[in-house]
Order: sequence, then structure tokens, then C-alpha cells
Amino acid sequence: MLGIFLRRILLAIPVLIAVASITFFLVRLAPGGPFDADKAVSEQVLKNLNEAYNLNAPLSEQYFDYMTGILVGDFGPSFRFPGRSVTELIMTGLPVTFELAIYSMLIALFIGILSGVTAALKRNTFLDYIPMSIAMIGICVPTFLLGPLLVLIFGINLELLPVSGWGQLPGDKILPSLTLGFAYAAYIARLSRGGMLEILNQDFIRTARAKGLSEKMVVIKHAMQGGLIPVVSFLGPAVAGLLAGSFVVETIFQIPGLGRFYVEAAFNRDYTMILGTTIFFSFMIVFFNLLSDIVALWLNPRSRDT
Amino acid sequence: MSQSSSLWSDALRRLFKNKAAVAGAIVLLVLIVLAAFAPWIAPYPYAYQNLDLGASPPSSVHLLGTDVLGRDLLSRILYGARISLLVGFIATTVALIIGVSWGIIAGYAGGKIDSVMMRIVDILYGLPFIIFIILLMVIFGRNLWLLFLAIGAVEWLTMARIVRAQVLSLKNQEFVLAAQAMGVSNFAMFKRHLLPNILGPVAVYATLTIPQVMLLESFLSFLGLGIQPPMSSWGTLIKDGVESMEEYSWLLIYPGLTFTITLFALNFFGDGLRDALDPKTSE
Repeated sequence: MLGIFLRRILLAIPVLIAVASITFFLVRLAPGGPFDADKAVSEQVLKNLNEAYNLNAPLSEQYFDYMTGILVGDFGPSFRFPGRSVTELIMTGLPVTFELAIYSMLIALFIGILSGVTAALKRNTFLDYIPMSIAMIGICVPTFLLGPLLVLIFGINLELLPVSGWGQLPGDKILPSLTLGFAYAAYIARLSRGGMLEILNQDFIRTARAKGLSEKMVVIKHAMQGGLIPVVSFLGPAVAGLLAGSFVVETIFQIPGLGRFYVEAAFNRDYTMILGTTIFFSFMIVFFNLLSDIVALWLNPRSRDT
Repeated sequence: MSQSSSLWSDALRRLFKNKAAVAGAIVLLVLIVLAAFAPWIAPYPYAYQNLDLGASPPSSVHLLGTDVLGRDLLSRILYGARISLLVGFIATTVALIIGVSWGIIAGYAGGKIDSVMMRIVDILYGLPFIIFIILLMVIFGRNLWLLFLAIGAVEWLTMARIVRAQVLSLKNQEFVLAAQAMGVSNFAMFKRHLLPNILGPVAVYATLTIPQVMLLESFLSFLGLGIQPPMSSWGTLIKDGVESMEEYSWLLIYPGLTFTITLFALNFFGDGLRDALDPKTSE
């Protein structure tokens, strides 16, 4: 058991180094220098700029400097925001995105597990059909359509909630969190329904019922532990999706988070910012995949014994 | 697996019984025809501007209204369908080619080659591919064909896993062993013996990949990193619609509705196909 974890963690290290290297060289492949788009600058200024950003050094040296910088959490200076480092920008946006992700995930888990487990217990009744039909809608309506529609209904027509911002007006966190959480609620509902259906047919559930446990105990104590393993395995990969979703949601609702910074950096061709955030996102995703694998392994009694 | 013809006719019969799948197939067929004949069907050229008119609500002249530049929305949705469906099919084909070859080679070769190839798939699974696509679009410019390739190149992983599992289960069956004993070349083995037997699951997964690919394209277009004007896909139409939804809500609602209905149709058809072929029991 501990061996599996160690092997997973050790495998993650070369992967992260490879990702950082590939991203570094991809960005260096980009046509033109980073300052080409600006107003024409004199040769001396360009030289000084390149000097300041360490672009005159041989590529191997730049690469080495960059990689050792990452180790201490230094992603270099931003090309577009003079005087600010990429690490600083990431740290400004991260708490906002993190908060958004947490709220969305809580909404998704609550709605998803509740409706998925209910659907499995009340199979082939309207308590199964209705939530599962809504889940299908959640999977088919993309975030970038759901968000504006919610804004149109609750923000503009009913004037119930603010249409943009984060933490400035009361209730302005509700719509973004709902938008981002809804698609995940749908996936989680489907996964927990499937997982529960599989578990509920097994012998140990019949045993638990036969020995006279209340239905509530059977479901909560015995069935859900195994039935929700698919949900736990989904949570790691879901972080990648949450990040992508945050690009859209933060753009729609004008939230100053990491996702919006990334999209803006992509537009402004802020290469160091793109490079830094890409590597940072990869680290996070690899980390959360690892975490959800470990939790799923630990939850599964069959793999715990080995 | 010897009764492959009856497997397919059985599957077809089961598919026709599934009302949601049939409805999905009909919607898709209609859409494909509309998209293919857009230049003849669309009431106006997609870039034709009527600046005097501006944004007008749906009327008898412009069935779905016009956008801020006075362009007919119905025509733009029809032309957008061409791009959106094209992305769906081409990127899925790219994913199909890479995934099927990767899976067949890994499964058939077995041993070290298999474990290395599948380990690569495992590793790639864990990476943030959407971010890499954005990175590629930023570095190499927003090129339509690059977009197709990039999306296809990230969607092949699951396909490779499915195909490999199928090949592994086929590899030790008598007809494959017999063919090996008769000295059939590797290429003939793939073509005659392996490919026909993995077609079912591949068809199912390909159908379910198309909506994912279309979502990815529209996601990028929505962020302004995908299809560039004056071309339009459903993603760019939704993006334009969001920008002016406060005054002109139809500009968001109709493209959004078209896109959602298409995704529904693809998902229903894919689910129906999966139930009909039931790869789990046909293995």
C-alpha cells in the first residue's frame, strides 16, 4: 500500500520536470521576440530589455536558471506588467480562484451526491428520472452558455443577484459558483447513481439488511463508502476541468482570478506569465490527481489489504 | 464474434427501437444536410451587412433576427454549423487515427512495448491539455487546421485504452492464432482480423467524442482563442450573443439553443449506439 503511494509520487517528479521543460522550449519557439509587438524601440533599449529579462544568455543557461527558479517558486518577471513577478500575479489570483473552486465543488458534491444516491435508491421512479434528465441537461449545456443565461434570468430580468464581480456586492458569489458547479453536479449525480446501483446489489448489503440494520444505516454506513469511490476518483481529474471552467466563469463574471489572468496573458502574449501559469496549473493538476488516486485506493477495502 | 453480420443487424434493430437515439440521428442528419447546403439554403450571405437595420428582433424577413451589424442570424447559424460540425468530425478523425493505431500496436505487441505505451497514455491523462491547446494557439497563431490537429491530438487517449483492451481480448482467440500460424503479415492481421472486430466500441466512442470536441472548440472560440472573424462557429456566435445579450437576447438564445440541441442529439445517438452494440457483452 505505502509502496504504491511512493511509486506514484516518484513517477510524478519526472513528469513535472518534462512538462516544465516542454513548456519552456515551446514558448521559446514562439515566432518573434517578446517585445516585437510594442512600439518600435531603439536597438539600445531592446538590448537593455533583453538584458533585463536574461534573454541574451545562451538558451541552456536560461533553461537552467528557469528550472532552478521554479524549485524556489520563482517564475521570473512578467513581460506585460513591468516590475511584477509572475509568482506575485499567481498569488494574487490564486485565492480568488481557489475560493470559487471550493464553493463550486461544494455545490456540485451536495447536489450531485444527494440526487445520485436518491436516484439509485428510488430506481425507475420519478425521483430517478427527473434528476437524471436534469443531469443530462447539465452535461449538454456548456458553462459559457449556462453562465450568461443565469445572468440574463437572475441578474438582468429578475434583478435578484449582481451580474459580475467577486466579493464587492452581497450575493455576487452565488451565480459564478452555481455556473461552475452545475456541470460537475451532473457528472457526480451520474457517477454516484452508477456506483450506488452496483454496490446495492452486493451480498454484504443484503447481509447488513438481514441483520436488521435500519435502511438509513445500510445506505450511509455500508453502501455509500463503496458506492462513492467513482466520485472520489473523478475529483482529481475534475480539478483540471474546474480550472478550464474558471477561465470561462471568471471572464463572464469579471472575477480577478487566476483563470482570467491566464486568458489575458494569452491575449497579450505575456510569454513568461503563460509559461509560469501553465507550469503552475500542471503541478496542481498532477498533485490533485495523485491525491484523489490515493484517497480512492484507501477507501477501497480490497486494495487496502494488499 | 463469428456471427459479425448478425451482430450488426441486431444492433441496428435495437438502435431503431430506441426513440431518443432515432430522434438524435434525425436531428443530426437534418443538421448535416443544412450545413452542407448552407450556401443554397441560407437566405443571406453570412458576412452580408445591413448597417441601417442594425440588430433587429426575429421577423418575417429575418426569421431569427439580425446581429448588431445587421447580419442575418439564421444564415450565420447555418454557416457556423459548417465550421462546428467540421471541427467535430475532423478532430474526431484525428483522434480516431492516433488512438486506434496506438491501441492496436500496444495491445498486439504486448510486453515491454505495451507497458511503455500505456504508461505514456497514463501520464498524458494527468496533464492539463486545455491549457496546452491554448498555449499552442498563442504560440503558433490561431490557425484553423492547427486547432483541428491540437484538439484531435488530445482526445485520442481514451480511444487508445478502449482499443488496447479489445485487442488484448482478441489476441488469444483461435482465429487470430490460426492466422498467425498461417503466416499472415502484421498489416493483414490488423486489417482483416483485428480492425473489423474492434469497430463496434470504436464507433460508439467516436460518436461520444464528437460532442466533446465540439465543446472544446466552442470553449476556445468563446474565449476568443479559436475561430477568428469573419468566420463564425457556434462558439463565436454565442460569444457575440453574450456581449449584447442585455438588449438583444435573441442573439444569445438561438445560437445557444442550436448548439445545445446538437449536443443532446449527439449524446442520445451515442448512448443509443452503445446500448445497441453493448460492447461489454459482445467482448
